Amino acid sequence: MALVYQRTCGLLDVPFHYCPGCTHGIVHKLVAEVLCELGLLDGAIGVSSVGCTYNNYEYFACDMQQAAHGRAPAVATGIKRVLPDATVFTYQGDGDLAAIGTAEIVHAAARGERITTVFVNNAIYGMTSGQMAPTTLVGQVTTTSPYGRDAATQGFPINVSEMLATLRGAVYVERVSVTSVKGIRAAKKAIRKAFLVQRKGLGFSFVEVLSTCPTNWGLSPVESLKWVDTAMQEQYPLGVFKGADLEVEP
Amino acid sequence: MDRLPDRVLMKGNEAIAEAAIRAGCRHYFGYPITPQTEIAHYMAKRMKSVGGVFLQAESEVAAINMVYGAAGAGARVMTTSSSPGISLKQEGFSYIAGAELPCVVVNVARCGPGLGGILPAQGDYFQATKGGGHGDYRNAVLAPASVQELYQLTVEAFDLADRYRVLVLILADGTLGQMMEPVSHLEPKDATAAGKPWATVGTGGKRFHNTITSIYIDPERLEAHNLHLQAKYAKIARNEVRCESVGVEGAEVVVTAFGTTARIVRNVIRQAAEEGIKVGLIRPITLWPFPSEAVAAAAAHPSVKALLSVELNAGQMVEDVRLAVNGAKPVQFHGRMGGMLPTQREILERIRAIARPEGGT
Repeated sequence: MALVYQRTCGLLDVPFHYCPGCTHGIVHKLVAEVLCELGLLDGAIGVSSVGCTYNNYEYFACDMQQAAHGRAPAVATGIKRVLPDATVFTYQGDGDLAAIGTAEIVHAAARGERITTVFVNNAIYGMTSGQMAPTTLVGQVTTTSPYGRDAATQGFPINVSEMLATLRGAVYVERVSVTSVKGIRAAKKAIRKAFLVQRKGLGFSFVEVLSTCPTNWGLSPVESLKWVDTAMQEQYPLGVFKGADLEVEP
Repeated sequence: MDRLPDRVLMKGNEAIAEAAIRAGCRHYFGYPITPQTEIAHYMAKRMKSVGGVFLQAESEVAAINMVYGAAGAGARVMTTSSSPGISLKQEGFSYIAGAELPCVVVNVARCGPGLGGILPAQGDYFQATKGGGHGDYRNAVLAPASVQELYQLTVEAFDLADRYRVLVLILADGTLGQMMEPVSHLEPKDATAAGKPWATVGTGGKRFHNTITSIYIDPERLEAHNLHLQAKYAKIARNEVRCESVGVEGAEVVVTAFGTTARIVRNVIRQAAEEGIKVGLIRPITLWPFPSEAVAAAAAHPSVKALLSVELNAGQMVEDVRLAVNGAKPVQFHGRMGGMLPTQREILERIRAIARPEGGT
């Protein structure tokens, strides 16, 4: 019988701990597949962050470091400066990257660190049970914005991709989603491009992936996908914010 | 590497930087803060000529996390700062301890609390030796008292860090960082990093993945990890205690002092001797592990009336002295703060009061 599908070589044979309907699993698979397909896995070092993905260092088959909350881009910088030929990536959520780790991501991008960041934005703190994130939409109900995020006292969401795209060191910035087969294919293409940008030594590459959190949103997995496509995309439009013209395919 | 003359006049901060390079450190991450910024200046110039990396980080927090990443990738790596910056690095210290990453950090200490001032102090003793970050961990802490010793201990710090997979903290102060003294350039014993099979350098397709982490959600695994760390710290405490012990035999008063303060005390000892008062000095070179046995042994000498701990703080190391003495003899304290240094005269007065309580000779 012909083998038509198997687990990517980039992921170890361990069960994920993610909630039903969470799209982290898809994003993990895409990152792992790209590393395998480009032949980069054996020379890759990933950096886990703090939040729902705190222990994804146990999932990826490449060497991994686990970083303190928000510090993954600094840790990745340290690794890359020691091993300039390695493929170094961070995998971070929105609480980690856009709140406590804002300085680290901005400056890694500004320096044009030859690293790749996969930024999973689900507009909420998942691991700590559904608090308001910097990316939480205005009006969105969370455990720390129980009456809906009030812009007057709790401010506005941060569009990280648009912000980073203003920095010269960030050469490739794209926002994708994984709510449909078409979206997943586009996300994989973006992640592939981001790693190729790093391999070419062009600068900092960044892929923001709109993701779901059915558990903390209080929605079913299917409703969650719809919410990403509607409410989230209204605040966070998909697209390439930097580097659309870069030709990096070998 | 270009040769420097056998003996050169160097600023303390420069000696730290040159020593690190001679010890095989090729990665330095730092953030400007007085009174240690010359280290960054030196590294910015020198790293280029030795093919190393100097990176000015966006913050102390980022710098220590760059150290985490670089140490995890197997490099000999250093960051340096001064007191307020070292406070910011405490998060990283704790993670580095948990993940068992070898690295060297220098604190050219100034006075606090808060922004305090830029003059020398030893108010960071508690932070350096008792923690600072969260959890049960230890850093090896070295306390040089001259520019030559700054140089030597910086070289040795890298070996110590690699041997035990710990953070080695060099606790200097603004005086040592800024002063100039002759330094003999001893070639390091071990200029190349030891084999680090645990490092994350890419699997090369030849082994299972390596992971660097400090998180253990399973309590049994975390307790086992903590017990492993404690066993390692116990080994350091057994093997690595260092102190300078001078004239303790037959002394009436034994002074304990480290770093800059010990230099002042040395002069006082000469002055006291002229008055016929024999004073001994115990100068801890490792603040952790603390030379408790040497202090206890000194206290046990029948001639010793009391111990006097002289420090640039409100009384920090004196707590470790008291623990070591364990009530065998009185332990007194003399300290100055805010960047003020004790004069020889005021220390001598304290010594006289112990040795000649009636004011007689």
